[in-house]
Amino acid sequence: MAKSITQEFVKGLWEEVPPFRLVLGLCPVLGVTTKMQFGIGMGLATTFVLVFANILVSLLRKVIPAKVRIACFIIIIATFVTLVELLMQAYAYRLFLDLGLFIPLIVVNCIVLGRAEAFAFKNGLLPSIADGLGIGIGFTLSLAALGGLREILGAGTLTVWGAPLFEGPLFNIANYFPGFQPFEFMVQAPGAFVCLGIMLCFMNMVGNK
Amino acid sequence: MGEMIKMVVVLTILSSLSGGVLAYVKEGTREQIEMQVLQLVKGPAIKAIFKDASNDPVADRFSIEEDGQKYDMFVAKVDGKEMVAFETFGKGYGGDIGLVVAFDVADDKIYGVGVTTLSETAGLGSKAKEDPKFAAQFAGVDAKGPIEVGNPINALSGATITSRAVCSAATDAGDIYQKLKPQIQEQLKAFK
Repeated sequence: MAKSITQEFVKGLWEEVPPFRLVLGLCPVLGVTTKMQFGIGMGLATTFVLVFANILVSLLRKVIPAKVRIACFIIIIATFVTLVELLMQAYAYRLFLDLGLFIPLIVVNCIVLGRAEAFAFKNGLLPSIADGLGIGIGFTLSLAALGGLREILGAGTLTVWGAPLFEGPLFNIANYFPGFQPFEFMVQAPGAFVCLGIMLCFMNMVGNK
Repeated sequence: MGEMIKMVVVLTILSSLSGGVLAYVKEGTREQIEMQVLQLVKGPAIKAIFKDASNDPVADRFSIEEDGQKYDMFVAKVDGKEMVAFETFGKGYGGDIGLVVAFDVADDKIYGVGVTTLSETAGLGSKAKEDPKFAAQFAGVDAKGPIEVGNPINALSGATITSRAVCSAATDAGDIYQKLKPQIQEQLKAFK
């Protein structure tokens, strides 16, 4: 059954939202979400790669021989990841310093390769763009939500790009609850697993109704 | 056989296109990236060393090439004295540590140092950047050295490797400074 373009887009936002429904691409999900803004930045970078990799794979799907398709996907994906890395260095250097190693690691993010293999290689241009955008935005929102939750619990703040560039927490929980003590465990590595578990549990509770 | 050739052709074309696009973008963004590094990595360290400079040390700079290595030299004037600062690297516990070392050209002594990049253990080695007392020890040390842990630099507690890395970067800076001094003085005339 062929789905409409809108359905392809919307499925990435809830039904197949990568970290929670497919439980895919967990390396950046766990690694960079110590602050909300890192989650958003990482998500946007991945979305860019996803959309353009999907476009190229979809356009070239008749030309690429099936036997070497994975190698071709990797070349296409790696090219866009390097592009993102260079552009980020040039125009968002602070974000690049914060995300660091995780930008080149998008190459091996299984969401990107997964969408190229499972979707773009078998579908036309427009559905592939919709699929890439949907999955990418779903991924960005998931990372932002996880980053936000960890940051609020772990540091009591929520940082998004406020005025003067990237600095200054958008709001501080201590302004509302003066006795708040940051639960620092949450911004450390084990806290990522715990938070992800809590969010998965919540998603399943809502989804199973 | 035909399929084999097709695979080779497709992969070759894809790879060369990819290489071409990336080379083009890398060349196009090179200047912008250098600017960003200057402003956001070296800039803050240099400004912290030259708090009392009467000029803008990040804007007043020149570069010297020596043995295939390019050094960006930042010029500052503090109380009428001329200073020159540049970056060197030392091998730390978690990778390279970048250190900007500023020399007073009149007496060849270190005026100040500042860490630019490091990825050392938080709370231990990271103090090399955060604790101003550690960097302050370098002020007044002669460029000829010795600049070693214990003589005259006291190590950060729990971070011997980091302390040694910073000292070795400072020692390198001292050597480079002495070697390049004639060229530095030549270039400094332009900033009089």
